[in-house]
Amino acid sequence: MGEMPHLSRRSFVFGSVAVASGVAFGQFAQAQQAVSSAATTNPLAAGLGPHSVTFNPWVEISPERITLIAQHADKGQGVGSIQPLLIAEELDLEPDQFEIRFAGPSPAYFNTGFAHELAPFMAADQSPEAEKARAAALEWLRKAGLQMTGGSSTIPDTYDKLRMAGAVTRETLKAAAAKRTGVAAADLRTEAGNVVLPDGTKIPYVALSADAAKITPIADVKLREPSQWRFIGKPMERLDIRSKVTGDMKFGIDRKMDGMVYAAVKLNPNKGQPIRSYDASKAQSMPGVKKILKISNGIAVIATNSWYAMQAAERVDCTWEPSKYPAEQAEHWNVVASSFAPQFLAKEWRHDGDIDTGLKDGTLVEAEYRAPYVGHQPLEPLNGIGIVTDTGMEIWAGHQTPQSVQYIAATAIGMKPEQVTFHNEWMGGSFGHRLEFENIRVLAEIANQLRGTPVKLVFSREQDFLQDIPRQIAMGRYRGSVKDGKIIAADFQVAATAPFKELLARMGAPSNDPDGQLAVGIWNVYYDIPNYRATSFEVQGLSPSTTWRSVGASANGFFTESFIDELIHAAGLDPLMARIQMCKIPIYRKLMETVGEMADWKGPLGSGKGRGVAFVESFGTSVAEIVEVTMTDFGIKIDKVWVAADVGKVVDPVNFENLVQGGVVWGLGHAMNCELTYAKGAVQQTNYHHHEAMRMYQCPVIEVRGLENDYTVRGIGEPPVPPAAPALANAIFAATGKRIREMPFNKFIDFV
Amino acid sequence: MFMLTVNGLKRQIDVVPEMPLLWVLRDELGITSPKYGCGIAQCGACTVQIDGVAVRSCQARMADVAGKAITTLEAVGNGKLHPVQEAWIEHQVPQCGYCQAGQIIQAISLLETIPQPTDEDINEVMSGNLCRCGTYERIRAAIHAAAEKMGGK
Ligand code: FES
Ligand code: FES
Repeated sequence: MGEMPHLSRRSFVFGSVAVASGVAFGQFAQAQQAVSSAATTNPLAAGLGPHSVTFNPWVEISPERITLIAQHADKGQGVGSIQPLLIAEELDLEPDQFEIRFAGPSPAYFNTGFAHELAPFMAADQSPEAEKARAAALEWLRKAGLQMTGGSSTIPDTYDKLRMAGAVTRETLKAAAAKRTGVAAADLRTEAGNVVLPDGTKIPYVALSADAAKITPIADVKLREPSQWRFIGKPMERLDIRSKVTGDMKFGIDRKMDGMVYAAVKLNPNKGQPIRSYDASKAQSMPGVKKILKISNGIAVIATNSWYAMQAAERVDCTWEPSKYPAEQAEHWNVVASSFAPQFLAKEWRHDGDIDTGLKDGTLVEAEYRAPYVGHQPLEPLNGIGIVTDTGMEIWAGHQTPQSVQYIAATAIGMKPEQVTFHNEWMGGSFGHRLEFENIRVLAEIANQLRGTPVKLVFSREQDFLQDIPRQIAMGRYRGSVKDGKIIAADFQVAATAPFKELLARMGAPSNDPDGQLAVGIWNVYYDIPNYRATSFEVQGLSPSTTWRSVGASANGFFTESFIDELIHAAGLDPLMARIQMCKIPIYRKLMETVGEMADWKGPLGSGKGRGVAFVESFGTSVAEIVEVTMTDFGIKIDKVWVAADVGKVVDPVNFENLVQGGVVWGLGHAMNCELTYAKGAVQQTNYHHHEAMRMYQCPVIEVRGLENDYTVRGIGEPPVPPAAPALANAIFAATGKRIREMPFNKFIDFV
Repeated sequence: MFMLTVNGLKRQIDVVPEMPLLWVLRDELGITSPKYGCGIAQCGACTVQIDGVAVRSCQARMADVAGKAITTLEAVGNGKLHPVQEAWIEHQVPQCGYCQAGQIIQAISLLETIPQPTDEDINEVMSGNLCRCGTYERIRAAIHAAAEKMGGK
């Protein structure tokens, strides 16, 4: 686009997609395509009962009930509610008129929401080339059929698609009613689960299911005008709130099955390595213990309840194969530090102007930043129920990639993925943890040794910590220069393990491309800096790492926005005003102006108080945050946070606010006091007292405003996280003059 | 064999004396609102009322609670919604919801001792209940709202 002539392009995360061909679909066309192409392979068709009908993979109507399918898994972010409500918006259903079911694995549920993230163009780029690349990425996604919840993509994926699914269903039900009554479809309307005839007679949708099954779904439908919306954009009650407040909600860990046994495990804390030998003599005779099994990387105790199993598992003495990565944490950092070398170059993502000349031309500023391994540790520990028979396996667990669950379980026990039936569960959090597979693989191995018996596996918190594949470890070496009150050069180099690439490899889809997540936060930076370079290096041979809420940007955003603050300081400018003036994208400038207004930003506060600002775009969503702190006798107190986020359209305003607040708490809490460190090949932190994050007494007031200036609808699950840590570090600098360049900050300063 | 009254019903339980109440409720009796989060009194997800007092059930041994009356989230409202639950719904507190049974029971206990709590009181009493989803601000607001509903008595 005109304003950003120098954008370089990053390579596709999923391998190369033919960018040149294809038409640039508008969003609407994309949605229509998704609905119609998915309909040809509708996975619901196979399981339909008598007189039932399905028009697309998201709606099923029987004479008894209407079931709406949630293809994105619910980890607490509220998509188990908003997905059916998007359908209900067009289908004219009330919230109590349908049941919700999570989707089973099927390519029909491919995630169109990744198209933007996969196309090598910045979020703000609306050029025809960018749109073409997104269309090509969409085509690739359709072919790949990847069903994944993640990347803050649920709303971008479903916003049009599910409304379309609702509209198709509505019009087809009207057609069925027209056929039955002889009244023209144009004279029918729908309301609260009924087709309504001109004389007011109501025919419930469920009474039309058998008739509707006999006609071809009406494809040519129109979506409603926003002025007609009943739910979207209005405060609504999440459909899962009541059951979570009464205790009725059943999470995966709450499921019970007739005849099931309970399993707990002790696994090699040297991640990825097998067990050598074990001695179970102490555990064997403990109460409740039925059996002790060897699995590839540890042992499993089978008992009459989870607690007996966990107690006994701890008492089994195991000898472990040592780790392949360095045993001690200091060595991990050494490896990272030595990875800024040509042989580890992942990619130079962007080079504008002439960086060498630019750096020489002004006053040089240099800094090194660090982001440690961090745990996910959702409050519901990993678990699952599985039963293996001679013909297949059935699994009940909460997971973000159903197809990978099939692949991992099948591979573990020598079956084919299609022999594995997977049922998703409501999850007690994930943050990226439930994109990984340790519980699934282990469950398959255990259940395979107990064919015919349902096995319920629950990880103890300690085992969950020890097996948690952490966020990437990362280091930033940043240089820049300022001249005449301006930033004239910025050279951002990041060395990190490759979280997304590693995850893909574990999913059975290895890629040779550099990890695009390592570009986020250094590449998509929108300040007018004439000489600019962003490079990433891929660290090899360390602990496995994976996606952690906001992934690459969680570390890179901290580095970049802290260093921009350092440069602004060196140039003698105001942190917020300078960012606004340097920002090349009008809607992002507006966003920063908004957060400034919310906080009534007027420059330094004095008397031990300080404010810091940060602005990061991740997953296409731009978020600006201001943090205010006070230096007290007991340490830093976080007083207040202001957040402005632009998502194009705020679909579910109450949940939007909740998610933003939660993202800020997540970002601040882990920056304050969390890291995972290795000793003797194992993580040293084994429960929450070692890895606490934020508690109530530290939680500031968090004021949130959602903006709708972006040209397309964006997600909000992750983007509030990246700006939180740099805004806090910048606030601490403003209050104390101390720059903190490494997380967690409590290694350098106390918090109240 | 131990006796326990859970949500008004007398139950017989055959487990070892040191089994934590949490696991008796969840795995032996199938009462699933108390959650396992940490097992070491760090998260509060397992909080239930024992003789009316909020207690971490992962720390209460079966032998020590035998004969007592246990109330879990399923029964705190006596068949209706407790005002704290109503406030939780109005403020749409939960995200994943896994911590919320513990949060609500802790909040009820707070309001029973301090009917009009300040933010400091809330910090004091609620900081043992971890919420990984970060719903603290909404919990705070819901507690103030519940205090109002309950008339500050
Ligand atoms: S499980 Fe009892 S406090 Fe965490
Ligand atoms: S709502 Fe998820 S842990 Fe509190």
